[in-house]
Amino acid sequence: MTELARTELASLPNAEPDAPAKRGVPRFVITCLSVGALILLWEIFGRRINPIFGSYPSAIAVAFVDLVRSGKLLTALIQSLQPFVVGYGLAIVAGIPIGLIIGRYRTMEAAFGIYVTAGYAMPLVALVPLLVLWLGLGFAVKVAVIFLMSLFPICINTWLGVIAVPKSLIEVGRSFVAPNRVILLRIILPATLPYIMAGIRLAVGRAVVAMVIAEFFTTISGLGAIIINSANNFDTATMFVPIILLMVMAIGLNTLIGVIERWVAPWQAEIAGRDQS
Amino acid sequence: MGEVSLVDLSKQFTLRIDGEMHTVRALSGVSFTVRDGEIVALIGPSGCGKTTALRIAMGLESASAGRVTVDGREVKGCGHDRGMVFQHAELLPWLSALQNVMFGLEMKGMRGRALRETAMRYLELVGLGGSERRRPHQLSGGMKQRVGIARALAIDPKVLLMDEPFGALDAQTREIMQQELLTIHARTKKTIVFVTHDLDEAVLIADRIIVMRDGRVQEIMDVPIARPRDDLGAVRGTKEFADTRYQVWKALHADGSILH
Repeated sequence: MTELARTELASLPNAEPDAPAKRGVPRFVITCLSVGALILLWEIFGRRINPIFGSYPSAIAVAFVDLVRSGKLLTALIQSLQPFVVGYGLAIVAGIPIGLIIGRYRTMEAAFGIYVTAGYAMPLVALVPLLVLWLGLGFAVKVAVIFLMSLFPICINTWLGVIAVPKSLIEVGRSFVAPNRVILLRIILPATLPYIMAGIRLAVGRAVVAMVIAEFFTTISGLGAIIINSANNFDTATMFVPIILLMVMAIGLNTLIGVIERWVAPWQAEIAGRDQS
Repeated sequence: MGEVSLVDLSKQFTLRIDGEMHTVRALSGVSFTVRDGEIVALIGPSGCGKTTALRIAMGLESASAGRVTVDGREVKGCGHDRGMVFQHAELLPWLSALQNVMFGLEMKGMRGRALRETAMRYLELVGLGGSERRRPHQLSGGMKQRVGIARALAIDPKVLLMDEPFGALDAQTREIMQQELLTIHARTKKTIVFVTHDLDEAVLIADRIIVMRDGRVQEIMDVPIARPRDDLGAVRGTKEFADTRYQVWKALHADGSILH
């Protein structure tokens, strides 16, 4: 019998990874070339513009070095990251279970799904003044703004993921008499992970935007404060430093989430068989 | 023991087609008994109700009328007295082969050393010792189905319910699996209810063949081929095989519908 299994094994596609991968240009080289070209073009055309209306990479780099030397940038970054981490973290911790429950139980979906859908489109900027009245101008209100902005994409994605779980996998649980809790945690949750991770990724962008909104409209602080203050001084180059830093941070976070995803759900990339070249 | 009876089983459901409600009768008054240790094949054209009957026997669907008993006890819902092998194996993709087999055992309440050892023993029974750490996508179709069989067998059910388990496999792998199923049956003496649309497969494997049509049992036939059937290739050459195959073929084409 084992002999037969071996024969099948040999006929498996990709059983022996001896086929040399096609050697093309590595992807990161392409990305670097793209970014390099953009910076070059920006430098060329940016220099022709009045420095109040625009800026260009070398001027931004100088402003960046100044901000780092004075220690302002690091202080601001730390100040900004604190509510970001708390708010975004809470959104993940709350969003996944809410999405799982709404997706799994039809009564819950009927009762609460509508709020999640509506909450996603909530014009949060308009509500910030109200949040300030409730929570004051400090740390709490910033956490709340970031939390509310990043909660819904995570919720909705988890919810959609649960709906997309193949019925046949749930039937495996049922046919082995698995209790509902086991079906939820050991079948539905892992099957939904790719969706959850996509939601967490989408939420990064919204959380960053929320962070800056919070810093503009509550106590002016952190990276948002550098943006506002330099804009008020018509120091456009300095204004661009935190903006670019935030975008770079979002890219870094996205990559990190991708790494975590391959770690918690390694089967997904293997099933999807995404060509990495 | 492992005697399964379907008693006067009926199933109907309503379908909405272009806004109109249609009542579909999937099963009407299906009755048959599978004896302990017997292999029975349910065969018939698609839509004849064979899979529905099996799913009701498993407890994944409920009957509109009638009942299913295992050793005289009426079954309500799923239970560990029945083990299901699905058409596409339906392994949990995030678990290794071993963990997939362990999942069923854990649901039965097994823990600790015994859990791992039992799961390993059943993987070896289906010829997958050594592949226990592979995840489903690292297994071929035939190997996946072996894991599916091990998972169902490991909980030591009274009856193995198999829903076209080899239907998605290529012809060669399918023949290997048919032979293997008979070997496993010889060792474990499990009662097996086997749904298939493959005429040859039904005759090769079953002790009795139940031909279904339009949600009814049309005919029940004995397969007069002795066990053990160690060489299915040789069985194919026997007169009994040819005769039975022809009888079942005639039953399947009784109304001549497929001949036109």
